[in-house]
Amino acid sequence: MKFVDEFRDPQMAKALLAQIHALVKEIPRAQHKPLQIMEVCGGHTHSIFRYGLEQLLPREIELIHGPGCPVCVLPMGRVDDCVAIAEQPDVIFTTFGDAMRVPGSKKSLQQAKAEGCDIRMVYSPMDALALAKRNPDKTVVFFGLGFETTMPSTALTLQQARAQGVDNFQLFCNHITIIPTIKAILDSPDMYIDGFLGPGHVSMVIGQKPYEFISAHYQRPLVVAGFEPLDVLQSIHMLLLQIREGEARIENQYTRIVPEGGNHQALKAVSEVFELREFFEWRGLGSIDHSGVRIRESYAQFDAERQFVLPNLKIADPKSCQCGEVLKGVIKPQQCKVFGKQCSPETPLGALMVSTEGACSAYYSYGRIDAVAV
Amino acid sequence: MTTRPKRTLNASAITMAHGAGGKAMRDLIEDVFLGAFDNPDLNALEDQARFDIAALAAEGGQLAFTTDSYVVDPIFFPGGDIGSLAVNGTVNDLAVSGAIPKYLSCGMIIEEGLPVAELRQVVQSMRAAADAAGITIVTGDTKVVPRGKGDKLFINTSGIGVIPQGVDISASRCQPGDKVIVNGFIGDHGAAILNARGDLALSVELETDCQPLHGLVQAMLAVCPDIHAIRDASRGGVATVLNEFAETSAVSIRLQEDSIPVRDEVRGVCEILGLDALYFANEGKLVAVVPGAQAEAVLAAMQNHPAGQGSVIIGEVLEGQPGRVKIQTCFGGERILDMLVGEQLPRIC
Repeated sequence: MKFVDEFRDPQMAKALLAQIHALVKEIPRAQHKPLQIMEVCGGHTHSIFRYGLEQLLPREIELIHGPGCPVCVLPMGRVDDCVAIAEQPDVIFTTFGDAMRVPGSKKSLQQAKAEGCDIRMVYSPMDALALAKRNPDKTVVFFGLGFETTMPSTALTLQQARAQGVDNFQLFCNHITIIPTIKAILDSPDMYIDGFLGPGHVSMVIGQKPYEFISAHYQRPLVVAGFEPLDVLQSIHMLLLQIREGEARIENQYTRIVPEGGNHQALKAVSEVFELREFFEWRGLGSIDHSGVRIRESYAQFDAERQFVLPNLKIADPKSCQCGEVLKGVIKPQQCKVFGKQCSPETPLGALMVSTEGACSAYYSYGRIDAVAV
Repeated sequence: MTTRPKRTLNASAITMAHGAGGKAMRDLIEDVFLGAFDNPDLNALEDQARFDIAALAAEGGQLAFTTDSYVVDPIFFPGGDIGSLAVNGTVNDLAVSGAIPKYLSCGMIIEEGLPVAELRQVVQSMRAAADAAGITIVTGDTKVVPRGKGDKLFINTSGIGVIPQGVDISASRCQPGDKVIVNGFIGDHGAAILNARGDLALSVELETDCQPLHGLVQAMLAVCPDIHAIRDASRGGVATVLNEFAETSAVSIRLQEDSIPVRDEVRGVCEILGLDALYFANEGKLVAVVPGAQAEAVLAAMQNHPAGQGSVIIGEVLEGQPGRVKIQTCFGGERILDMLVGEQLPRIC
């Protein structure tokens, strides 16, 4: 298939892997302790497991699966809020598919749907807006979720809703932003990340500039990476080159998609509709300053948080969950006490078991091979 | 049998009266169902079909009996409809035991308001599929449910077939050294239905692979009577069938990713939605586990049959790790191919 197969070529992968194996030998400190490279985005985590890349990398490289899976880091209290909205009369609640199974403290959206709530899966916020126009006697609420990747489409949808005078459309905004969370990880005393694979699709919107503090203040390299297996391998190779030379720069491997300055039109729409929250709760990581956005006053009429009375409770993860430690790379998924026992994709306890992009779910679904005696 | 004047159905849409047991229902049954299916067993209008045991016993040693319900939405889709699906699906459940399909029942649950023209089209399509599969629809039932209590049309079919002497195909017989074969591109049906729902607004043309498989299975048995396991890879796809095989036979199975045949259009749908064609439903694809020594002969026989031209070997059965299905990626890495947890839901970004 064009534009995909080129980035999955096994011969090129073998050549790149050979270079990675040779290069890592030239980095003295990697010989004592593995280099910790964090892939920030869940899309990378998925790709790494889908193609079995982790087993092919040298022992001197340890991949840390970062917090960039918006479904995984959604706190339980927010899911409860979704259910509370969906349970209101004359509401059609719309959501992306993989948020359906995220457990709330009492139930998931999938369970609420089975109990009779009108909850529908959509592929884009524009589908939800179209649904609102077709159902003028209902209130259609869209569950806005994701990083800067999905934020522009939500913003544009609200702009259209206002321009078209659609008054029965609401947004329950749970959009989050990745930069403050990377900073929180870098400030965390119990971890040391040697380099980052930067999130490709987020960067398509925000560009490279927002990452500059990582090299300037923390002296760590970051390579904005694409999602195909060759993208991931090439990005790791670029990181190793920097580490060998003792450099810390922001580089872009995903040049076919990511412009240096990002997408100005998308950013303009986002800043017209959204503003930073003081803080936002992340599942497994806790509250992080300025890590979420809310709807601006000028779009208040579309804000489900202002229109509905929400429980808005903070609900702690079960004590046995070690999601936070996995997210920071302190332990591997299978080292968690409940991994594969009380916590599995069928009955996820912790955030990382929920979506296929979560590190624990990826380990469970694809990666248990190593954990079994051959 | 006395001859009666033929009843005709003049309504344009199904109403509750057509399920009430009176004249309206007789009009529906005689005009739409008997008119299309038309065979002596059904035309007798007894409450049950009756078979001659001796004639069936002459063809084999065992009866195969199976049932399946069809609730597909939309009821018409590129390459087929709920009617052809309801016939071929049950024919294939019989076929993969090695049985020769013989008789079919047809239970219809119709939602009030279904246009009669659509019902006629479905019933005609069932007749055509039954003829192609050499099976006769010998008994049936009709119910009408109020609008909103069903979704246009649900069909249940049960089938009876005869398994020839000496054939023993079972999910429990997979052995180390066996080869795994599929009969062509996988995932077409699942992708076609997803596309036909129209939510994705993709400009691709995808058709169901719906076809009967009994002829193909007989051609396979002709060159290798000792085929170990066959299942049709319908709901849950090829991945689910292989997990069932590995678990039931207490073996592991390893696939070669680059040998698995998937159409570019289907791969495209999967790429966009973050789905895996190995879990997509098929309606004309089987997964066979064949003794290693006869794998090439079976493969050749399959490729010579119209329903198996695209057949390929995709993997092998191994010792150890009972129940495990793994896939060797094109880079040489390995990953697990597990059962699906729930529905395959699209990723968001």
